Amino acid sequence: RKNVEDFTGPRERSDLGFVTFDITADILKGKNGSIFDWNVKQLFLYLSAEYSTKNNALNQVVLWDKIMLRGDNPRLSLKDMKSKYFFFDDGNGLKGNRNITLTLSWNVVPNAGILPLVTGSGHVSVPFPDTYETTKSY
Amino acid sequence: AVAGPDMDLFGDLRRMNKRQLYYQVLNFAMIVSSALMIWKGLIVITGSESPIVVVLSGSMEPAFHRGDLLFLTNFHDDPIRAGEIVVFKVEGRDIPIVHRVIKVHEKGNGNIKFLTKGDNNEVDDRGLYKEGQNWLEKKDVVGRARGFLPYVGMVTIIMNDYPKFKYALLAVMGAYVLLKRES
Repeated sequence: RKNVEDFTGPRERSDLGFVTFDITADILKGKNGSIFDWNVKQLFLYLSAEYSTKNNALNQVVLWDKIMLRGDNPRLSLKDMKSKYFFFDDGNGLKGNRNITLTLSWNVVPNAGILPLVTGSGHVSVPFPDTYETTKSY
Repeated sequence: AVAGPDMDLFGDLRRMNKRQLYYQVLNFAMIVSSALMIWKGLIVITGSESPIVVVLSGSMEPAFHRGDLLFLTNFHDDPIRAGEIVVFKVEGRDIPIVHRVIKVHEKGNGNIKFLTKGDNNEVDDRGLYKEGQNWLEKKDVVGRARGFLPYVGMVTIIMNDYPKFKYALLAVMGAYVLLKRES
């Protein structure tokens, strides 16, 4: 984790987190039914980090996403993934933050009808160290 | 007896006296008013100023394509959370944008600021926001996408791009309602 100037946003230094993760998931509907029934066109999966800081009571940052089309294998087995998006905090709240929860959720996109947002059961808590890293290539 | 179906139509027009014409006009006005009332009712029920929107760009493909119809709600107590599909307007611009929330920072007092990105875009929406604006707020939100119908919105896009089509359609509808006789 580093404290870096975020050039894409507000011109202030904020904490930037680096997370690598594995995902093993079986996207089902109900008890063992395949999520891909006749009215499911695709799933938009995303891994989000949720945490609290002194600045903000609730923070949510999407680290990674993937589109799973009907016909794709609903079983995910990903190892050593790096986050797709920069994990910038709004401030310096990542340093020493012990309670960052990563959850996998997905948006069900039907052929027609309701667009539900489902959160997977199972989540992981990630603690950030108390110190910043000095330059290390990402 | 008079000949042919064409002659019957003009005969009808001539025979229709003023009273019947006024009646048909009132009928037409009632249909238009009812439609407007239903629309206003939807605005009240959903809490959104525009409860039904048409997708105009391909920035949310493959989920939504140009011409798809989205149904929105905008309940005040619904918190904005990552992963949700929101329709928002950039201050000073008329066109609503449909994208996904990828970052949320909420303070204890309920103040929320969030960042959006189109699924099909490489980068987040900061380039679309106002000059110097880095976050969206609740006030920029038109609604949250709760349901959708594919293709149906194409009619609106065609009517916008080809105004002649819109006028032709209105003329045909108007003629039909005015000339229809209740048996």
